[in-house]
Amino acid sequence: MSQRAVLDGPDILRALRRISHEILEANEGPENLVILGIPTRGVELAKRIVEILEAIEPNQSIEFGILDITMYRDDLVNAEREILETRLPISGIDNKVVVLVDDVLFSGRTVRAALDALTGYGRPKQVKLAVLVDRGHRELPIRPDFVGKNLPTSVAERVSVQLLGSDGIDQVVISG
Amino acid sequence: MKHLISIRDLTRDSAVALLDSAQQLSQVNQRTVKSLPALRGKTVVNLFYENSTRTRISFEIAAKRLSADVINFDAQASSASKGESLKDTAQTLEALGAAAIIVRHPMSGAAHALANRGWVSASIINAGDGRHEHPTQALLDALTIRQLKLSGSDLTGVKVLIVGDLEHSRVARSNILLLSLLGAAVSVAGPAELVPEGIAAMGAKVYKSFDEALAEQPDVVMMLRVQLERMLKNEAFTTRDYVKNWSLDQTRLGQLGKETVIMHPGPINRGLEISNQAANDPRSAVLRQVENGLAVRMAVLHRVLSGEVTN
Repeated sequence: MSQRAVLDGPDILRALRRISHEILEANEGPENLVILGIPTRGVELAKRIVEILEAIEPNQSIEFGILDITMYRDDLVNAEREILETRLPISGIDNKVVVLVDDVLFSGRTVRAALDALTGYGRPKQVKLAVLVDRGHRELPIRPDFVGKNLPTSVAERVSVQLLGSDGIDQVVISG
Repeated sequence: MKHLISIRDLTRDSAVALLDSAQQLSQVNQRTVKSLPALRGKTVVNLFYENSTRTRISFEIAAKRLSADVINFDAQASSASKGESLKDTAQTLEALGAAAIIVRHPMSGAAHALANRGWVSASIINAGDGRHEHPTQALLDALTIRQLKLSGSDLTGVKVLIVGDLEHSRVARSNILLLSLLGAAVSVAGPAELVPEGIAAMGAKVYKSFDEALAEQPDVVMMLRVQLERMLKNEAFTTRDYVKNWSLDQTRLGQLGKETVIMHPGPINRGLEISNQAANDPRSAVLRQVENGLAVRMAVLHRVLSGEVTN
């Protein structure tokens, strides 16, 4: 099985910085933002985006949260999945601008599940989607608002995002 | 995990994972929208051959919170009373589309038979079989103790005392197995004729009197229901003696530590195994147990119905 790294640590950092600037630009500032990570890799990415946003806008604290989507998946039968923590800002998400953060956008089913999960918690003013890698092959009408890198892949290939916190290294690897 | 029949099916890690899932799911009760779509389109059957209100309702609400369709099959009012066997009933329910069957039966081993004899391929959850086990009760008790004692992921170092009719109690059996598996120090106390042989082999220390056991300062005192329907056949049994020796009464309540947790699986016989004051005491966790029951049953249903299809 061949394996090649397509993004390294500095690439990922640059991508996250650009995404953060784009988020601020699209939102016309840092107000009202909630950055929500989808477990597991999306959580660390969301945390890093929050750090970068707060570095850019030192006077504004940015709300951060975790949205577990296990109970909203439509492919339940295929795997036993652990139910993970969901942690939202105490003030809720009503009328906020929610940015969902995930590592890889593929079929779009995870995002579909996340959108369903959000309706259980409130009604955001807007929901946007930020992903580190968009590898194509969508099965649902879903598109990202902020993309780190577009990676044309074949369906058979595997894209894995590795991050310092969970894997000890920052890189994106394609195998298959 | 395809079935949940006995605590013996669990390892320490799988038990902790179930408790962790239940802990996350318990937050759903605080939300405005309390339902999750996880089991949409699946049918769950409550097959109860014994009276039960709280367990059946708890399973029913748990399944509904996960968007499953729930059928309550009251075997006492149905064709079982016309002599239909457990096997035929279960196969009928499966033919009607049941993905999981939650079974309570007066015969020990009924759930095990349903799961292992190849009668049905549905997931089986044991909601109490005879004197054998009641695993979801033990899981909700473990979750309650873990929350109140802040003992970390398992129950290492927590001293739990289980008191009363151990002979007939499937709650006690499942609890002894699970709490020991999770690292708690479990002891039991009860009338000599109601302490079965072999309970020490399950990992519990046996005390001959309630007061002697209380002197050890347990962190949790779990009172068992006196199963009057079974006891009254026993001529040697008098409620007066029982209350005197084995009730958590006012005096014994005073001997408990400030942080000692009082538990009871319900339904409570007030004035028999537990006094009114003890049941109403702020240290009583009875309602917390009921709440946690919902979360634990959601976690179990999700776990058995989201497992890989193996057959």
